Amino acid sequence: MLRLHNASGTLMSVDKDTVNKIARLSRIAISDEEAEKMVGELNGILAWVEQLGEVDVTGVEPMTAVIPNHLRLRDDVVTDGDVREKVLANAPAREGSFFGVPKVIE
Amino acid sequence: MTDLTKLGVAAIRSGVANGEFTAVEVAEAFNANVAAAKVLNAFIVETPEKAIEAAKAVDADRAAGKPLGKMAGVPIGMKDLFATEGVQTTAASHILEGFVPTYESTVSANLWKAGAGMLGKLNLDQFAMGSSNETSYFGNVINPWRRNDGGNAALAPGGSSGGSSAAIAARLCPAATGTDTGGSIRQPAAFVGISGIKPTYGRCSRWGIVAFASSLDQAGPMARDVRDCAIMLEAMAGFDPKDATSLELPVPEWEAGLSGDLRGKKVGIPKEYRLDGIDEDIAKMWDNGIAWLKDAGAEIVEISLPHTKYALPAYYIIAPAEASSNLARYDGVRYGLRDLPDGAGLQDMYAATRAAGFGAEVRRRIMIGTYVLSAGFYDAYYTQAQKVRALIARDFDNAWKQCDLILAPTAPSAAFGLGEKTSDPLSMYLNDVFAVPASLAGLPAMSVPGGIDKEGLPLGLQIVGKALDEQGVLNAGLAIEERAGFTAEAEKWW
Repeated sequence: MLRLHNASGTLMSVDKDTVNKIARLSRIAISDEEAEKMVGELNGILAWVEQLGEVDVTGVEPMTAVIPNHLRLRDDVVTDGDVREKVLANAPAREGSFFGVPKVIE
Repeated sequence: MTDLTKLGVAAIRSGVANGEFTAVEVAEAFNANVAAAKVLNAFIVETPEKAIEAAKAVDADRAAGKPLGKMAGVPIGMKDLFATEGVQTTAASHILEGFVPTYESTVSANLWKAGAGMLGKLNLDQFAMGSSNETSYFGNVINPWRRNDGGNAALAPGGSSGGSSAAIAARLCPAATGTDTGGSIRQPAAFVGISGIKPTYGRCSRWGIVAFASSLDQAGPMARDVRDCAIMLEAMAGFDPKDATSLELPVPEWEAGLSGDLRGKKVGIPKEYRLDGIDEDIAKMWDNGIAWLKDAGAEIVEISLPHTKYALPAYYIIAPAEASSNLARYDGVRYGLRDLPDGAGLQDMYAATRAAGFGAEVRRRIMIGTYVLSAGFYDAYYTQAQKVRALIARDFDNAWKQCDLILAPTAPSAAFGLGEKTSDPLSMYLNDVFAVPASLAGLPAMSVPGGIDKEGLPLGLQIVGKALDEQGVLNAGLAIEERAGFTAEAEKWW
């Protein structure tokens, strides 16, 4: 069974570096102060979900679809399109018929 | 003339059809109530002209002798999670402030086709993440109910569909759409003394609903009584090829099938829901519910759902994981807010936009989701939670060998005060303890008013049914409604 313990046997928990790493992966800017606060909050929640580790899940398949349903196939034809103006209507920085972004290639 | 805002969906529909009043008169009456109740903050956007426009079309159809739809002449509130063409849709977030969809969600389109009109877009917890409507960027919704202690403390209307629940309880609309990911229709319905049903996962199309946790999100109606819920659910549901998980099944005639006669039905009482220290008013209401269902002819059996205590922790891994993925789309490029600090590159723009555009609870859940999906932790957290979810669904499958329906409280408490639970995310999460298991199993579940507690606040009873048995759930709800005699209303102070 999977238990979230580190090598010394204490419960795994996140520190400030980990919080900063998660924020980076999440693409959310975070201040030092927010990161400090988040350490406590995330550890509280993670310690609580830790109890899932005690459930015996031997032989249980992870559930991905809750109601038995088959994925449908449709004919391989164009069903949509020609809606450039609609697609661009809410763009925060439109440039002509494109989405504008900061320069990414020098 | 009678106050038209005292009427529900069925009464409005038949009054309009019979020419007792016009749809425009109904829309005007509700528009006036909406305009006079701004202090409740139930609406983010009011659309009185949309309500009138739809009503005029219904009145014209009636004059021309054309057939009228299931919701003809009924003005409703639309949770601001449904994309509405030409009307701002925000999910109560800053990041979508000013976003005006160029398309209409399937569920809202179905409702307009059935003759309903839109009074406005209802406030909610930001991205539907919350149980008190306190995470909205557009401010708290105030529950129209107050405790009978004379203190006038502002109470939460529940969440995430808190604008929906408050608006119906205050008679700003006869019915409203809700969405339920882990209790977001049922808990707010319970907090304000109305009814609401989350149908089987897949009954209502998710297309055009701002996504939170796609394997759990499901739309449903909230209204004053069971019949109104049945009518509105018929109008909302149906197969939609644009949603890959939409069920390819005809929509049953739930209203025509309504019957409070439960002879031959077995109702299970899950022993694991009898929590230590359960509120005595909640326990008493639950006992009353058991007696009412017995009186309706049902046989009561004790059942066991052994993995109940793991439902909430599993939910708080699965829902944030799906949310972290769904909300990756908010990048400041294609729609919504953009925050571009001086000299920032693309990555910095993403991070600044998302920091400025998401509220604290949304950021917290995205980060939890990102963490549990990250390399090295995926199996320990996410896969384990999915396995536990399978066991929770199996618990229900086993229960159905003994019973047809399950009766439990909707929430462990009545409406709590604004600010009472905001400092501790965990205490807020625990309010959904009874609602989340049915969500994880995709089952139809409904809340109906079950009584009043000692502080004068409404409490809700929850009925859970087998997959696709909305009829059984609605019928048990009706049997309770017929016996509970729940007529209490929030005393008007707004």
